[in-house]
Amino acid sequence: MDFPVLTVILLAPIIGVLISIFIPKEESGIIKAVAGVTTFISLALTVVIYFIYLNQQIPLGGGMAFTEDIPWVTDLGVVYSLGVDGFSLPMLLLTNIIGFTSVFSRSWSVEKRAKEFYILLLILIAGVMGTFIARDLFIFFLFYEVVVIPIYIMVIIWGSGSKTKAVTKEYAGMKLTIYLLIGSAFLLAAMIWMYVKAAGMLGSPTFDIATLATVAFDEKFQIVAFGMMAFGFTCLLSMFPFHSWSPDGYAGAPTAVSMIHAGVLKKIGGYGLIRIGLFILPLGAKFWAPVIAVLAVANVVYAALICMAQKDMKYVVGYSSVSHMGFVLIGIASLNIIGLNGAVANMFAHGVMSALFFSMVGYIYAATKSRYIPDLGGLAHQMPVAATGFVVAGMASAGLPGLVSFVPEFTTFVGAFATKDPFIQTLAIIALTGVVLGAVYVLRMIANVLFGPRKEEWDHVEDIKGSYWIPVVTLIIFIIAFGVYPSLLMDMVNSGVEPIAAKFLSAGAQIGGNI
Amino acid sequence: MDVNLSLISVEIATAILAMTVLVIGLLVPKEQNYGLGYLVTIGLTGILALSFMYYGVNTNLLSGMYIVDDFSVFFKQVFLIAAVLVSMSATLYVKKIGSNYGEFFVMLVFATLGMMLLSSAGDFITLYLALELMTITFYILTGYNKHESKSVEAGVKYLLLGAMSSGVLLYGISLVYGMTGTTVIADAGKIQGMGSMPPALVVGIVFLIAGFGFKISAVPFQMWSPDVYEGAPTPVTAFLAVGSKAAAFAALIRVFLGAFGEYQTEWKLLFAALAALTIIIGNLVAIPQTNIKRMLAYSSIAQAGYIMTGVVAASTAGVKGVAFYGMLYVFATVGAFTVVMNFSANTGSDEIKDYAGLAQRSPLLAAVLTVCLLSMAGIPPLAGFAGKFYLFSSIVDQGYLWLVIIGLLMSMASVYYYLSVVKVMYMADPADDAPIVVPAGAKATLLISMIITVFLGVYPEPLSKLAGMAAQALALMN
Repeated sequence: MDFPVLTVILLAPIIGVLISIFIPKEESGIIKAVAGVTTFISLALTVVIYFIYLNQQIPLGGGMAFTEDIPWVTDLGVVYSLGVDGFSLPMLLLTNIIGFTSVFSRSWSVEKRAKEFYILLLILIAGVMGTFIARDLFIFFLFYEVVVIPIYIMVIIWGSGSKTKAVTKEYAGMKLTIYLLIGSAFLLAAMIWMYVKAAGMLGSPTFDIATLATVAFDEKFQIVAFGMMAFGFTCLLSMFPFHSWSPDGYAGAPTAVSMIHAGVLKKIGGYGLIRIGLFILPLGAKFWAPVIAVLAVANVVYAALICMAQKDMKYVVGYSSVSHMGFVLIGIASLNIIGLNGAVANMFAHGVMSALFFSMVGYIYAATKSRYIPDLGGLAHQMPVAATGFVVAGMASAGLPGLVSFVPEFTTFVGAFATKDPFIQTLAIIALTGVVLGAVYVLRMIANVLFGPRKEEWDHVEDIKGSYWIPVVTLIIFIIAFGVYPSLLMDMVNSGVEPIAAKFLSAGAQIGGNI
Repeated sequence: MDVNLSLISVEIATAILAMTVLVIGLLVPKEQNYGLGYLVTIGLTGILALSFMYYGVNTNLLSGMYIVDDFSVFFKQVFLIAAVLVSMSATLYVKKIGSNYGEFFVMLVFATLGMMLLSSAGDFITLYLALELMTITFYILTGYNKHESKSVEAGVKYLLLGAMSSGVLLYGISLVYGMTGTTVIADAGKIQGMGSMPPALVVGIVFLIAGFGFKISAVPFQMWSPDVYEGAPTPVTAFLAVGSKAAAFAALIRVFLGAFGEYQTEWKLLFAALAALTIIIGNLVAIPQTNIKRMLAYSSIAQAGYIMTGVVAASTAGVKGVAFYGMLYVFATVGAFTVVMNFSANTGSDEIKDYAGLAQRSPLLAAVLTVCLLSMAGIPPLAGFAGKFYLFSSIVDQGYLWLVIIGLLMSMASVYYYLSVVKVMYMADPADDAPIVVPAGAKATLLISMIITVFLGVYPEPLSKLAGMAAQALALMN
């Protein structure tokens, strides 16, 4: 058996947890270092396998690589099976980029009870990784729900309320938790149903996603089950009208949790919708795609409009991430390979960009103890480095060419037009206004927070220094690298979604549709 | 008649242990009888080890009156594990009560014996006797703290309502006997030619459901349990919530799958409705509770509702789910109640608001309570998730998708009140910084509960094998 590299990547943060438990809680510097080292190991190994896959596997047409299979619960047919393809590898890379950088993000509240914070953060990172590399639906779901509880505890202990809204951190944490759990209840019910049905049709129980995708479920079942799953996944993806937990949750959470949640946890919703929903239940997806497309446009436009009226920086970024998820959903709803490419690439792009955004907002909040836009202004004078990071994140958010999110957004719209379905095309045109609105709210925030006359009350704040450099530099490197060489990402993604899109073509032929 | 007594040596050993502890308790002066608790723990652990020899025996004695099969052995181990954990953790609490230290543990063993007999009962008379042995000891245990009016009140309440439910059950049994002409459960299932269900049998079955429903505190027979759970000494509450409930489920399954399997389409729907009601009401009423014992009482009502879904399945998969869930429920519940009893032995309070800052006063207690509560809520990777998976996957294909959705939605709703406790423990600062003393025995219980709850969630294989054997044995015996 080969070196189990995925298990090592998955377990590195868990080993960090075990080490941290035995470090006295006064030694918060050492605990932070342990968290930094273990997440860096995961990141470095992920980068290595990313390039190995890109160079060796892509020319061969993709497929699952670095697989590991250990029978786990024999009577249920659960197998501890891990593996990555061109779809999950970018997501895994994203998780590790954000996981590593979030350790070095700044929240003023974390100085209190730092040990517990880093332990929960590492569990959270490991949980998110697990969902992306699991090839077994049961293992996927285990990791999927593992992440909810640490987030709740982190929000209520280290979070913060908002000045502009009557939202306490307890409320934000509970709202987030309840939304995600209610969504996952439907998801789990559909999963159990699908599992039992597939076991009857296959003759033996299995959770293997690739095997489940070969089962020809009847159309009625697919429609109901996809509806239930889509509810669960889109709750997590913050699709309109199930999005309201997301801005509150991000605003309430400490910086590291906002980064992970907006950057990568949300993407599990999109990942699951494509990997499980579209791949296993294509007929259901075809039925629901117009609904998803309509709601996606609502996401883009409605959230962008709300965003323009926000006075709290975290709410601006929070609503902007809801708005961006609309692009992902439009890509998914186009149900063709170009659209799926765009959706997946968008998830990656939004991940790095929003992590940098939240990291900078969190830094400014920690330094100035304020995130109320009218209070701030002219901060580029006092903190040029943070301002640079902020501007890069803002430009990436607005979709500037040369940065990571331009090509994905472009691809998404190409995918939507490639459907040749006037309905989807019309919706895509409406959604394009979201790009303009996005530029407006980002520029407005940048102008009001960073530029303008120097305010003397902020002269005492310190610019980024020491280990706080790590998030800025790392994230900007990835934002620019993937912007300048989009093929690093797009080739990968294309090989990953290709089998899913192919499944679609055959399903389309089967029911005589013209997808 | 040839009776092979070695088949029931587990029960005999338990009875001897109870008598021995009773006698020693009388001989040893009151100030020196603290060792009795440990003696019971060690004795029960030995019996637990012995019980493993009876897997795969699958036979019966006294012409079907008493059954020794994997199903009964599995449930005996559930009760024994619960009794061991409770006896280990209860020492400090019982010492605080002050009177008749030894008798508490004697009663604990007798109650265990009653449960063990109940899970093996192959005959309605044996079943009733075993049930009474268990219930009567619980009447005594509930009112054990005679200086505390709440405890006495709970004892009387439990006695009155319990006696009535026994009467209902007995009446149901007599009607079933009248229609089938036999008291042996398996034989009752073999009576053919009654055609559609005769009305007297309908009444009998409904009475049996009411009688068992009381023991498992299913809605609408749950009224007694919050008061009794709150008033009874906490170790008794733990044992009552776990042992008594699991034992009633074991008997219920044997009776309904064994004797009335033929009429399952009729009673399945009834059980499905009861399960749905129990899950909904248990969880919703738990939300506003401010006393942790009452909250756990309502949550244990909800847990009974989840377990009932396995009965609704009326299949090997369903029984397996019940067995699996029953075992892990022991660890989660005893773990949670051990935290409660040690907290109240230190601070004298059962109010949730007094748990503020527990994470700083005693990280172990807070961690164990969090893990146990989240396991009950079915959050992976804890054991409760695997248990619910077994239960719900057994009914989803039988047209009970609605029940699965209710069950899952309500378990997510339950996260709300479980997390409110977690929030109080982790977020708030303690009002009182005094450290909390946890004796070694209770610490062991806490650690065992937590480790097993996590382990079975991550790797359910060992328990699912045993539970599968138990379920298969039951199918064979029928």
